[in-house]
Amino acid sequence: MTHANTGMMLRVDLSRRTVREEPIKTELARAYIGGRGLGTRLICDEVDAKVDPLDPANKLILAAGPLTGTTAMCGGRYMAITKGALTGAIACSNSGGNFGPELKYAGYDMIVLEGAASEPMILVIEDKAAALRPADGLWGKTVHETEDALHAQLGPDYKCVSIGPAGEKLVRFACILNDKARAAGRSGVGAVMGSKRLKAVAVRGTGGLTAADPPAFRAACLDAFAKLKAGPITGTGLPKFGTAILVNVINESGVFPTRNFQQGQFESAEQISGETIAEEILIRNRACMACPMACGRVTAIRDGKFQGRGEGPEYESIWALAADVGVSDLAAATKANYICNELGMDTITAGATVACAMELYEKGAISKSEAGCELRFGDADVLVEMITKMGRREGFGDVLAEGAARVAKKYGRPELFMGAKGQEFPAYDPRGVLGMGLQYATSNRGGCHVRGYMIAPEILSVPQKMDPHAAEGKAAMNIALQNLTAALDSSGVCLFVVFSIGAAELTAMLKSATGAAYDVDEFLRVGERIWNLEKLFNQRAGFSKKDDTLPRRMLSEPMPGGPAGGKTVPLDEMMKEYYCLRGWDADGRPTKEKLAALDLQSAS
Amino acid sequence: MSKALLIEPDKCTSCRLCELACSARNAGAFRPTRSRIQVAVNVDEAFYFPMVCFQCPDAPCVEQCPTQALERDPSTGLVRVLEDLCNECGVCETACPYGVIRCMDGKARKCELCGGEPECVRFCAPGALRYEPTEQWPSESRQAYAGQLRELCEEARR
Repeated sequence: MTHANTGMMLRVDLSRRTVREEPIKTELARAYIGGRGLGTRLICDEVDAKVDPLDPANKLILAAGPLTGTTAMCGGRYMAITKGALTGAIACSNSGGNFGPELKYAGYDMIVLEGAASEPMILVIEDKAAALRPADGLWGKTVHETEDALHAQLGPDYKCVSIGPAGEKLVRFACILNDKARAAGRSGVGAVMGSKRLKAVAVRGTGGLTAADPPAFRAACLDAFAKLKAGPITGTGLPKFGTAILVNVINESGVFPTRNFQQGQFESAEQISGETIAEEILIRNRACMACPMACGRVTAIRDGKFQGRGEGPEYESIWALAADVGVSDLAAATKANYICNELGMDTITAGATVACAMELYEKGAISKSEAGCELRFGDADVLVEMITKMGRREGFGDVLAEGAARVAKKYGRPELFMGAKGQEFPAYDPRGVLGMGLQYATSNRGGCHVRGYMIAPEILSVPQKMDPHAAEGKAAMNIALQNLTAALDSSGVCLFVVFSIGAAELTAMLKSATGAAYDVDEFLRVGERIWNLEKLFNQRAGFSKKDDTLPRRMLSEPMPGGPAGGKTVPLDEMMKEYYCLRGWDADGRPTKEKLAALDLQSAS
Repeated sequence: MSKALLIEPDKCTSCRLCELACSARNAGAFRPTRSRIQVAVNVDEAFYFPMVCFQCPDAPCVEQCPTQALERDPSTGLVRVLEDLCNECGVCETACPYGVIRCMDGKARKCELCGGEPECVRFCAPGALRYEPTEQWPSESRQAYAGQLRELCEEARR
């Protein structure tokens, strides 16, 4: 299966400083599509699930999908797959921009990074010529400085991924950034890159990709294009206001987590909304490659103490760096967002960790002398200071750099960590969107919104309207979305396409691009296979039924007010149904029969 | 009435679907380096500018081509490469002030408007590229575009 795939990968051993090319097994590419699926399969085959994520024996895979680099709608994606430094679970973080396509034009579908170098290195790829080089003078630099230096050194056409100081210092939620502000954000994939002492990958590719059936592929792309343009979210909402259009929507639904999930509505939501961002700080939209929506926001804070320029904040970021920490100052939250991008940290975990620490402080678990300041909700200066310190592991920032789960445990209040499997929740309080609660508890990479986005049916009525306060039908819908998303990610397109197109359109693009005879059923079965494989990895890593859960606050502290007032998440009820519909046993383990049906016997 | 490719750089989002669509149509592969339209991007300045042949009435590439391999169709205004006459000498590349004619894969290549159905326009979501009748438009939009280019050049010099 070549055509849209290159069929080749690059295996880079940082310990031995070797770089070699390897063909990708056709049958594996068919069974796992590419990207997240294929990367996860390689991690499962080659990495001991019990390994410390920061040990050289862990591997980090940067992988594009078959649709990456073509006219497939929003096909600009690549994924970073590894055992996550934050969670110890399987991790796959997804990013757009221009890096993934460029990697394929250079002749590779993926890069497998192994071992660890004794001194900082960079990987430079120019059309099938790849070499490790010393990262002369780059270690310690911010993401922006690093990209600028690489462009000055290699030429402006190189596309780069890099880590910032946070990745170097093994901040557990360090991310990998490309095109300066696009991030493979979650689970600490950047810390794994830092543990390998790989500062950056710069790639230049001048080759091309073809579709197996060009006329059919063109027609499938144009069909998806028309539907994305006509869709209210993909054709108007995201282009006009970016992801932060959700601030008002989610706040009005009463599920906009505020002050570490102590409330479900933020009184200053209007001041940080997508509409306000568009009015006050937006300079221009910026698209990832091949995306007709262009939800990216180039912004600037023109004056004052939070002056700066960069991209974002996205919805989840503005939530984490404003509502979750009780800060109503858009300039401060935006500045914190810029700092996260420059130091290379996941904005969600960064903000949520400060929020958790603020609650610990206000409840007396952290003292002022330990924190070095009054760590109170709503203090914009403290927010910016803490974000900066955690990215550099300075002072109390060194404690925060471990993430909220470890911070809450350290100070004896583990129940104040708002997350699952060690990863902080994103910007939806599950007490008022019950399916999202099930999603958080079952997500293979911990608290996460992009594994099965239940907000689509529960709030946005896509593909159909579901009552957010009812448990009924949520398990089946969540499973369907989880499987679809796994297959979609693996194809190399952006999750946002699902607001206007589904498995039929995706399968049409994938089939005509690769020449493999996928149909909708098989496409979704690949998604199910990937989900089960991720689950198997986590089981081997030591996760079990007890980890498929939510913090006590979600299960037994009723939402204090608003449209979701009085609600908690009836998780047990949904979970039983979920396990059953997944074909897993009562302890949430895939059965032999299920694994056989998914051709996963060899992986178990 | 003839049509022209109209460009509104302010609407461009830098998605580069035009490059992918053009290279697939004209070079047989999704291959931005072979695209006849290319988006000039400066990330820091949030500057995106689709660069493609203007089909200049007094085209320097046509005037300077030593083998007469470039011709301007008087009725449509389209500037075409006559492949049989092109010897890839590269004079047109240096003659073009915009860098939108380039020697690739053995011949000079430039936008020839896909025979009247520009593929880049088909894939441009924000409407930065349009292909429309030109009675009053072409000179106006070209002047606006040229004005923006001039400003940018001046800015770069400062």
